[in-house]
Amino acid sequence: MKVKVLCRNPDDYVRETTRDIQRVPRNYDPTLHPFEVPREYTRALNATKLERVFAKPFVASLDGHRDGISCITKHAKSLSTVISGACDGEVKLWNLPRQECLRTVQAHEGFVRGICSRFCGTSFFTVGDDKTIKQWNLEAPGYGVREEPINTILGKAVFTGIDHHQRESTFVTCGQTVDIWDEQRSSPIRSFSWGVDSFSCVRYNPVETELLASCASDRSIVLYDTRESAPLRKVIMQLRSNTLCWNPMEAYYFTCANEDYNLYTYDIRHLDVPVTVHMDHVSAVLDVDYSPTGREFVSASFDKTIRIFPKDKGHSREVYHTKRMQHVICVRWSADNKYVLSGSDEMNIRLWKANASEKLGLLSTREKAAAHYNKKLIEKFQHHPQVRRIARHRHLPGDILKQKREQREMKEARRRREQNVRKHSKPGSVPLLTEKEKHVAAVVE
Amino acid sequence: MAADEEELSINEQAISASEDEEGSDDERKHKKLLEAISSMGSRKRKKQNERSEASVQVSEFFVNAEGTGEKVNLSDLLGTVEKTSGASNKTKKQLRNLQSSKETLELPLNKQQTEKIQRGIAYEKTAAEVSCWRNIILQNQKAEQMVFPLNQESPGPKRVEQVVAGWKVQTPLEQEIFRLLHINSQPVDDPVLTPVEEQSLKAMSLEEAKIRRAELQKARALQSYYEAKAKREKKIKSKKYHKVQRKAKCKDFLKQFDEMVKTNPEGALEELKKMELSRMEERMSLKHQNSGKWAKSKAIMAKYDDSARKAMQEQLQMNKDLTQKIVVPSDDEHESNEEGLETIPDFVNDSEPVIDSVNPWMRGQLTHEEPEVSCVTTEDVQTAEEENEEEELVGEFERKRKLRQADEEDLIPTEEEQPASEVVEEDVVEVSDKEEEDDDDDDEEEEEEDVSEFNTLFRLMRSEKTLEEDEEGLLNEGQIRVRNIEDLEVLGEFVDPQPIAEPSLPRTAAVEATSEPPYKKKREIDLKEVLTKEAKAVKVPFLPTVVDEEERDEQISIIKEAFAGDDVISDFIKDKSKLEAAGRPEVVDLTLPGWGEWGGVGLKPSRWKRKRFRIKTAPPPPRQDQKLPDVIISENRNASVASHQVSQLPFPFQNTAQFESSIRTPIGPTWNTQSVVKNMTKPKVITKMGAIIEPMVKEDFIKNKTTTPGGKGPAIMLGENKRAKEGTKRSSEKHRGRRSQKRRK
Repeated sequence: MKVKVLCRNPDDYVRETTRDIQRVPRNYDPTLHPFEVPREYTRALNATKLERVFAKPFVASLDGHRDGISCITKHAKSLSTVISGACDGEVKLWNLPRQECLRTVQAHEGFVRGICSRFCGTSFFTVGDDKTIKQWNLEAPGYGVREEPINTILGKAVFTGIDHHQRESTFVTCGQTVDIWDEQRSSPIRSFSWGVDSFSCVRYNPVETELLASCASDRSIVLYDTRESAPLRKVIMQLRSNTLCWNPMEAYYFTCANEDYNLYTYDIRHLDVPVTVHMDHVSAVLDVDYSPTGREFVSASFDKTIRIFPKDKGHSREVYHTKRMQHVICVRWSADNKYVLSGSDEMNIRLWKANASEKLGLLSTREKAAAHYNKKLIEKFQHHPQVRRIARHRHLPGDILKQKREQREMKEARRRREQNVRKHSKPGSVPLLTEKEKHVAAVVE
Repeated sequence: MAADEEELSINEQAISASEDEEGSDDERKHKKLLEAISSMGSRKRKKQNERSEASVQVSEFFVNAEGTGEKVNLSDLLGTVEKTSGASNKTKKQLRNLQSSKETLELPLNKQQTEKIQRGIAYEKTAAEVSCWRNIILQNQKAEQMVFPLNQESPGPKRVEQVVAGWKVQTPLEQEIFRLLHINSQPVDDPVLTPVEEQSLKAMSLEEAKIRRAELQKARALQSYYEAKAKREKKIKSKKYHKVQRKAKCKDFLKQFDEMVKTNPEGALEELKKMELSRMEERMSLKHQNSGKWAKSKAIMAKYDDSARKAMQEQLQMNKDLTQKIVVPSDDEHESNEEGLETIPDFVNDSEPVIDSVNPWMRGQLTHEEPEVSCVTTEDVQTAEEENEEEELVGEFERKRKLRQADEEDLIPTEEEQPASEVVEEDVVEVSDKEEEDDDDDDEEEEEEDVSEFNTLFRLMRSEKTLEEDEEGLLNEGQIRVRNIEDLEVLGEFVDPQPIAEPSLPRTAAVEATSEPPYKKKREIDLKEVLTKEAKAVKVPFLPTVVDEEERDEQISIIKEAFAGDDVISDFIKDKSKLEAAGRPEVVDLTLPGWGEWGGVGLKPSRWKRKRFRIKTAPPPPRQDQKLPDVIISENRNASVASHQVSQLPFPFQNTAQFESSIRTPIGPTWNTQSVVKNMTKPKVITKMGAIIEPMVKEDFIKNKTTTPGGKGPAIMLGENKRAKEGTKRSSEKHRGRRSQKRRK
């Protein structure tokens, strides 16, 4: 005789630990859970509001410098260490978690123009207004021992920037020319020049490590390949570019910070038109740095704000400012994609969260899941007017807002004028230029 | 070397001499020193350097050519060549020619130009090199999820030999075991993978292998389904079914052929040839001639049986069809016929806002019968009917099969039908085109152009503006600081609610109505005509064309004549009153018979009860079009909801249906199981806490693809590739170095 027995699998109702929450059997029948869209919409709206409420990006301010910060660099191997140089020639090493200065070095007379850390994280290089390149040990000297550079190279002209190769012991400086140096030698291995101009910034491509790009004072951006005998190509823009940064995940894209308040992302294979024009700043953009994931970049501007742009969007997703922060001169994105560092005129280095409303520290799985769900909800309902309105709202200081309005008006007026000119001239004689095409003056081979 | 030593010795002598005198006479000493120094760099030195005796090593500094300063002439070389027997006559001749020619070589390019060329070449090379990243970058951009840092080592326990290096066999037992392993050529140090496995891994990465496997699986599954289907269909005994199938196939083929004519004329030609061939065969054979055994038996039956007669008739018809030559219809007739058939129904049935401004009646939907086409003969009608029947049958079969399939499996991807919208758009365009042709005036054209240009400019300007406003990431920056949720609520008041249009209905619905042209006559294919047919040039007017007053009056009268039967105005009034009636509050009757009084057949609830339980709702606010007699304003739009609705179709979506479906699918745990939620809400970028995200390393992502077989390529190629090869070699060395460094740490 067959006996049927009711049985229950204990896995279905027994908790793994007593601290675990009770297992609740659920019925996913859609008729039991009506109004999916309105309910999710409400959740999305709440998530958006909470996101704005919790958006407190400012983490810490590191003070100690006695002059404006001119450059910051990340330690190659340690997330917690940051090196900064000031306009009085002082270089400071900071410990970020403890928010304190570990070491102070009087590196140069006059400005420290550039700092870069060696790829192995044992030493760093500085260049200054006193025409020297100095290599410093990252380890602090013993008690009572004087701070002395490992190596000093005396140059002929002022160096304005420096960058180190990703894997080899060569570095590049810029000034009157772009020079490539071997660490072991006191004279440059190679030096590139193309016309008479001075350079403000030079950067190695982190992926295609033999490629270089530099910003020159004749409004141009010049590309080099260290394996070639001559520079590759030059783009001349309407105004000067201050700095540039390569995308660390996409070998052929770089973004430059321009004097005309915009940033331009270029594809080095097609230099005649920038891929994207990033607008939002209301004053010259002074520095730019990519996030290590290559998805976004942060820019520092003379208008006392920092903005974070998605790499392929024309407008910023975030703007950071504080009352006391003056012209932001340098900005860096931390290597773990979590923080942004900014150095400004009023002698402070500020630490910001890259994601303003992100919760810091370890999250439990449920917290993580909730955060992901909320993020997805906001993304799903991002086009709905109420959600969009709240998600987009940012507070801006009055003067910046005023400038913004003013510039919008000016732009509108310029556009109207151009249109009128076009209307009253021979058809085809005034070509219709897109925003991207407007800013490139020429590409020189 | 010898000279240097000599000099040194001289110096030493000089110094020692001065020392001997112990500084008695400074002048002399100085003189001597000067002499010694001057002897170092003077011309005397050269004279000294003359070779005086034979030695094994001949320094290059000692050799001086006899005729230094004199130029080497070609004749010098020629003299020796003439004497040597080895040199061929050809070379001698060439050399002689060279001697006689007076041409000089061209000047080299100037420095600027050479540099420019160099730069150009270098740039091309670098650009080509960099574009090898394209695939990886695109893949990363499209990836649903990226995990940083890239190339993370897999978590979990590792094998001993991965962690510990330099472990050696010690005990005798181990030695014994390893000896055995050696003998059987098994891997001794127990690697994670056997050589064979490693090879296979190298051949194909895991991802690729997975993709390949999935593909193969799918192909196999599809094949098996197809086979099963074929078997099933083969088993069906119904002759009618097979007949129907054949006809359907034929029809399909015709359709395909039509498309082929447009896309692949060569293929179409071949098909046509095939048809010709089949015709020939038919003419040769006695098939379908009603001369077979079956036909004879049928012929006997034909007197009494209607169906037999019909079958015979069919056979004959088939023969006729097959042997019929493909007829060449005259061009203009065909054209006009087609157009006449195509355009009229489109014109009438079009529910879209018709471009013609003159003809306001075209807007409304008219109850309209299918136009009877006079030229279709009765036979055709019959065949069409037959076809319809067959179609129905086929459809039924299809439906049944689909049901069965759905029961069995739904893995097979059903092919979506091509949206018919494109075709219809073309039709519409054609119509407008014709109209334009009708009322074109030369003078007006220029004006129109001007106006249209302004108009386009204006439109462009407006679109720019809207684009600017609606750009994705544009932040809404203001002076209001948001501190808590209440502030967020208040935020709304500052933004005046924009008038939001209702989401536009998907056009496809309207479009489908007109998508099937009523012209269904069997086409006769003309080879040349079909293949050399050119596309019609279509002009689209930017503005509704301006028409003269007189012409307009004429038009109106024509329209009036055409629509004399339809009373459009009364229709409109009816519609409006209907809408008004629908908007009026209804009386809700809640009276229940039998409660509180007698109930039964023929008994009505009492008046007081009716009065009490009939509930009148409050009248709605007056309609907006109450005072406008010839306007209907829809009241469907709800202002309170509109502020929460999306007014425009957001960017990546193609139509409203897509967007709506994306909104309709819930992602929350209330509606989905845990794993689904996890999958749906996974973030795009995952970073590991406290880990440094290094930039991409070229060697990890781009495999060395430049492994050309040595010796086969030309020598010049080698020179060009040298750089790349060197680079890879260098980098691989470097890479190895880095790895070893890591291990050391």
